[in-house]
Amino acid sequence: MNYNWNWGIFFQISPDGVHTYLQTLLLGTGWTLATAIAAWCIALAMGSLVGVVRTTPFPWLVRLGDAYVELFRNIPLLVQMFLWYFVLPELVPVEIGDWLKQLPDASFYTAVVALGFYTSARVAEQVRAGILSLARGQGLAALALGLTLPQAYVYVLLPMAYRIILPPLTSEFLNIIKNSAVALTIGLMELTARARAMQEFSFQVFEAFTAATVIYIVINIAVTFGMRFIERRAAVPGFIGSAPQAVTH
Amino acid sequence: MFSNFDFDVIARSLSYLFYDGMTFTLTLTVLATIGGIVFGTLLALMRLSAFAPISLAAAGYVNLMRSVPLVLMIFWFYFLVPYIGQWITGAPRPIEVGAFVSSLVTFTLFEAAYFCEIMRAGIQSIPRGQIAAAQALGMTYPQTMGYIVLPQAFRNMVPVLLTQTIVLFQDTSLVYVLSITDFLGAASKVAQRDGRLVEMYLFAALVYFVISLAASRGVRRLQARTAIIR
Repeated sequence: MNYNWNWGIFFQISPDGVHTYLQTLLLGTGWTLATAIAAWCIALAMGSLVGVVRTTPFPWLVRLGDAYVELFRNIPLLVQMFLWYFVLPELVPVEIGDWLKQLPDASFYTAVVALGFYTSARVAEQVRAGILSLARGQGLAALALGLTLPQAYVYVLLPMAYRIILPPLTSEFLNIIKNSAVALTIGLMELTARARAMQEFSFQVFEAFTAATVIYIVINIAVTFGMRFIERRAAVPGFIGSAPQAVTH
Repeated sequence: MFSNFDFDVIARSLSYLFYDGMTFTLTLTVLATIGGIVFGTLLALMRLSAFAPISLAAAGYVNLMRSVPLVLMIFWFYFLVPYIGQWITGAPRPIEVGAFVSSLVTFTLFEAAYFCEIMRAGIQSIPRGQIAAAQALGMTYPQTMGYIVLPQAFRNMVPVLLTQTIVLFQDTSLVYVLSITDFLGAASKVAQRDGRLVEMYLFAALVYFVISLAASRGVRRLQARTAIIR
């Protein structure tokens, strides 16, 4: 292979004049993690809400929840990003639209919102599956004891459901980290975008992408090990663990 | 809100969107699915091998593919495929491959990791007694797999494989990062040329939504019809 390897490239100053290439990659890693964690908050909140709604005894609420999930699951993430970034500011009243467009770090906020809602549909599926995996008697017993429906969810069903769906939630969290790379299309300078920029300026294609790949793997391993520890602590005694599901990325 | 909506821009570009764009998207989806299932099944057999170096190699490949973003892999292969081509053909220089070949290789190799996990689950869902029975009948390993295990595993997993194909169909939109004219790429080019981002992106979202929704409904019906009653 006639390719000029130059691993020393990481310690050269990047075109921004301040940081070395290695530092720019680490800055990108920071943006990747910030985006993923902020989006995860939205995903978990909305996903829990929609997941719960889909198990309630009200048919119209269930249908609304189903529609929510279908909407966010059947449009590619990249298209959803474009809708939030390019289309939404045009559809709202002009003043709000202008404010949105002039927002500093607009691509970061857009990425967080787009990624959060996209993932919330997947989290909703898991939350719903977790609640449905509980014995019907649990909810009925809670109601028979005089708890209201919200109380039954908060004190009886959800605490169990979350512990059961922790493993699939871990893989959703890993997905959200990987999916944050899509935000480079709207200008977010996260890890993949930094690697791409490094490749463009230094022409050291394979060093740049190798570094990004290694960083993603390290994040992946760290999250997996951390979550495995939590999963062990939170596992419901007597359960084998939840069933495997189809994977997304 | 829709007062200055220009529906005409969609009508004018329909043939470009579907004939150029959607053809690319669907061809890529179908070929990458076939390639991904073939390579993924091979990987699954490797992962289940009792010979540790083979199963470790397959596991390493699958875990590597599953820990990095698809976008990064698209960039990787875009630059790597010419070198691989050079290595295979022994050409003096990295050979030039088109956008289509590059993305087909990317999606096949990337999705194979996901298809591998599905096929592995499928193979593991077959009772052990079947393998024992096949061996007792004197079947070799390829015969056991080819005639007994894989057909059943494949049948059990058809709904999951098709669901993964819908995911793949949506993922192909990411070739946008290479400025390829897939369906979204075509929509984006028209949007930028005519300054009609709102109309084109909403239309693109609608088309993806309708196709994915119809396909997933179809999978659900198929699942109900083909489920083996045990």
